[in-house]
Amino acid sequence: MVSRKIVLTFPKQKIDKPIVYKLIKDYDLVFNILKASITPDQEGHMVIEISGDKEQIEKGIKYLQEQGLKFEPLSKDIRVNWDKCVQCGACVSICPTGALFVKDRQTMEVSFDSEKCIACELCIRPCPPRAIEVHF
Amino acid sequence: MAKTIAEINDKIRQGQAVVVTAEEIIEIVANKGAAQAAKEVDVVTTGTFGPMCSSGAYFNFGHTKPKIKAGGGTALLNGVPAYTGWAAVDLYIGATALPEDDPRNKIPPGEFSYGGAHVIEDLLAGKDVRLQIEAYGTDCYPRKHLDTLINLKDLNEAVLFNTRNAYQNYNVAVNLSQKTIYTYLGTLKPNLGNANYCSAGQLSPLLNDPYLKTIGLGTRIWLGGGVGYVAWQGTQFNPHAPRLDNGTPKRPAQTLAVIGDLKQMKAQWIKGVSFVGYGTTLNVGIGIPIPILNEEIVKCTAVKDADITCAVVDYSEAYPQGKADVLGEVTYQQLKSGEIEVKGKKVPTSGISSYKNARVIADDLKEQIKKGKFLLTEKVADLPSAEQAPNFKPLNERPFKRGK
Repeated sequence: MVSRKIVLTFPKQKIDKPIVYKLIKDYDLVFNILKASITPDQEGHMVIEISGDKEQIEKGIKYLQEQGLKFEPLSKDIRVNWDKCVQCGACVSICPTGALFVKDRQTMEVSFDSEKCIACELCIRPCPPRAIEVHF
Repeated sequence: MAKTIAEINDKIRQGQAVVVTAEEIIEIVANKGAAQAAKEVDVVTTGTFGPMCSSGAYFNFGHTKPKIKAGGGTALLNGVPAYTGWAAVDLYIGATALPEDDPRNKIPPGEFSYGGAHVIEDLLAGKDVRLQIEAYGTDCYPRKHLDTLINLKDLNEAVLFNTRNAYQNYNVAVNLSQKTIYTYLGTLKPNLGNANYCSAGQLSPLLNDPYLKTIGLGTRIWLGGGVGYVAWQGTQFNPHAPRLDNGTPKRPAQTLAVIGDLKQMKAQWIKGVSFVGYGTTLNVGIGIPIPILNEEIVKCTAVKDADITCAVVDYSEAYPQGKADVLGEVTYQQLKSGEIEVKGKKVPTSGISSYKNARVIADDLKEQIKKGKFLLTEKVADLPSAEQAPNFKPLNERPFKRGK
């Protein structure tokens, strides 16, 4: 079993295709939708975690590409602009997964672990210098 | 053995002063005792870097040809209103000022992505800023409109002048209500979802000199990466706050008004920030050196996070309604651990003032003093003591009634 978090971008003409159903049924993948924004006649975005057999995941991703969906690994999605960050820590108690965290309680330095980030974007607006950026 | 500031300055000039940070002095006093530490150490440096709303800058942008009098008219800097109630070409821009067309909290919570604080940061970053003036025109100042770019390097004077900075201690904000609230202490999740505090604790300037024995009018300070001075006591100056035996107040207490040449400062240390649903404010970096004149002073600088307490306050009800209710007291050691207990519930904490950057400031000031680049000052006058200061009181409202 492997698990991958990916960001899917649906072109507007694909919104009505039951893509998730196909991934589960034909490729036997376990699916966790972390975030979804899909509106008729507009481009859609979905952040998913898929787990399953490595080979099946690759086949599933190939299927997605064939359907014209863009996909990127999630780690690219949320970035901290460290030049803007004031190292306050306002984000730390907002982040639900501990991706934004203080490792050393002596220095109180704020760090970001993209592996833990689920791109929920709860941190974006509470960040006073607006240093956390969403990249698609 | 007492020392004088003049003696310490002599050592600084010779590059022989022993300078440590307010963090380092804790261990020195614990290991060697206060008497020995007072002998060995000359200066303890402090630091803080947090949002301070009562901040702003004034400047003189130079006369135009023909001349214009902004006074009595209106002025915008990148769309943000500046105060014009002065002579012809002086302006003051406050940190919390917002563009007239900013939607504010019309659709709550508002973004507040650009305000007066960001104008000051842009000036410091060397960016051109648009200045628009509408004036009424006089015989001596005939011009009525001005729309030009200005740059910090071209201004005659540019002065950071903050009326309330460096709060000696602050509240911990929590939210007891059922919905998320948006405050100047950050976003507070419902049902005690998080707890936000705002002080550098053991590194904070006024917590290291709780009775302001060495800090007073005219004290030279590290301000925004440049040099500044204590101009006055800050507004809401309250030496009456209850104190612990070590002298530190348990509630927000004394404050400083500070002033300094904006042109010497750095955008990194004077930074515009946005609190969603609240507004814009300025993150200000301040470092204050404390001359170790005697044992009593060194004892105060050795105060540690575990020995400083502050009040947990509900910002959904008690704070906005001006109620004195406090949910409990916690230490900065507990706050910095990442979790405190409020009403029996474990609540994750966030700092709003940057401890990491407070350390950087205290270290930078230490290095400057060690290298003989920063000399200490005698205060010109004491700031008011508890016996002298008026009580810090709320407004006694007397609703206006139109005369008959």
